Amino acid sequence: MLKKRIIPCLDIQDGRTVKGVNFLGIKDAGDPVELARNYSAQGADELVFLDITATVEKRKTLVDLVVRIAREINIPFTVGGGIASVEQAYELLQAGADKITVNSAAVRQPSLIGALSERFGSQCVVVAVDTNWVDGEWMVFVKGGRKNTGLRTLDWCREIESLGAGEILLTTMTQDGTKAGFEIDITKAVSDAVGIPVIASGGAGKKEHFTEVFQKANADAALAASIFHFNEIPIPELKSFLKNQNIPIR
Amino acid sequence: MIAIVDYGAGNIRSVQNALNRLGAESMLTADAKQLNVADKVIFPGVGAAPYAMQQLRERGLDQVIPNLQQPVLGICLGLQLLCNESEEGNAAGLGVFDTVVKQFDGDFKIPHMGWNEVNGNTYPLFRNVDSQADFYYVHSYFAGTCEDTIATTTYGTRFSAALQKDNFMAVQFHPEKSGQVGERLLLNFLES
Repeated sequence: MLKKRIIPCLDIQDGRTVKGVNFLGIKDAGDPVELARNYSAQGADELVFLDITATVEKRKTLVDLVVRIAREINIPFTVGGGIASVEQAYELLQAGADKITVNSAAVRQPSLIGALSERFGSQCVVVAVDTNWVDGEWMVFVKGGRKNTGLRTLDWCREIESLGAGEILLTTMTQDGTKAGFEIDITKAVSDAVGIPVIASGGAGKKEHFTEVFQKANADAALAASIFHFNEIPIPELKSFLKNQNIPIR
Repeated sequence: MIAIVDYGAGNIRSVQNALNRLGAESMLTADAKQLNVADKVIFPGVGAAPYAMQQLRERGLDQVIPNLQQPVLGICLGLQLLCNESEEGNAAGLGVFDTVVKQFDGDFKIPHMGWNEVNGNTYPLFRNVDSQADFYYVHSYFAGTCEDTIATTTYGTRFSAALQKDNFMAVQFHPEKSGQVGERLLLNFLES
């Protein structure tokens, strides 16, 4: 049986791992390559690296970091942060990333999704969707969660699938950094609406939250950051807990 | 020397990184002569079959690869190209394995992405790998089972996880991305 994936996410700034709470306030959580190696050894199923400051001058730092990660770790990893063109994606994939993730640029220019998928295959293209609850509806936000696009989350998720995305990384901003649990309703709605895998993100605080998001929201994978970086929930402990709950886990 | 077939289709660097971690020397090449004299050949690939076959033909590799005499390991799209043909753009394959590549079809998520168990893995390629060990998969097409099938995985349908015929071995999953079990399998290939 296909296993549910546990994915630590490393937010990168100036080559270091950081994690904000509700996208604000930043703590240093260490060397990304060192963390990546630990996670891989502990049984993480995949890794995601998001460069939260990717600007033109910083991009070279990111590419160098990707080269180092690719040398060190033997599980798949995704890289994102400010990718706005096929060329930028190519550079990161060449450096050793297995997948790239796009967010704001895909909203600005949806044809980018098709261009990436045509060039590299849909399996390489993860579209990140940040969603927030506004006036009784789940809406898509960009710019690190600051700008409401006016797009309905379900409509956008269906569209990105039809444009050629291979996977959706769904972050619910109401939950992000709160450790209050994943948002089940919209995650389930998205997972049921599309035929591609959905990674749930935002709100992981306890082991039970992972049970919930897999059993109730049909998520294919669950992503978290600080609870792993600060070892609040060690990955081996989480995985044996989930196995005991009869969730298919590697 | 291990030769990794470099034909413009896929993330071949990750295969080389994996070999480096295992301390095995490798080179990326599309040169027939270098492929013929290598101790072993790895034939990786991701992406679309018709494009990949075109890349092979342009380099004359469609004639070279099926005639290699040393151990060859196809990975992912490499496995699919070693079959007779693919439904993906009706691409003709290299005809080493007597089976056809089909598209997943059903009420489940596609691509088949993530870790899934590999069954029946009793061949030397899987030496010291637990039966039902999980390997990492990413694919939307699969090779049906045939007499060359040496291990299977089930995702909607039961398909060839690994094939072997004479000196040709192939795996649908990505050993270079499958953590420790993947490294074990690559070591087994290097020792074959």
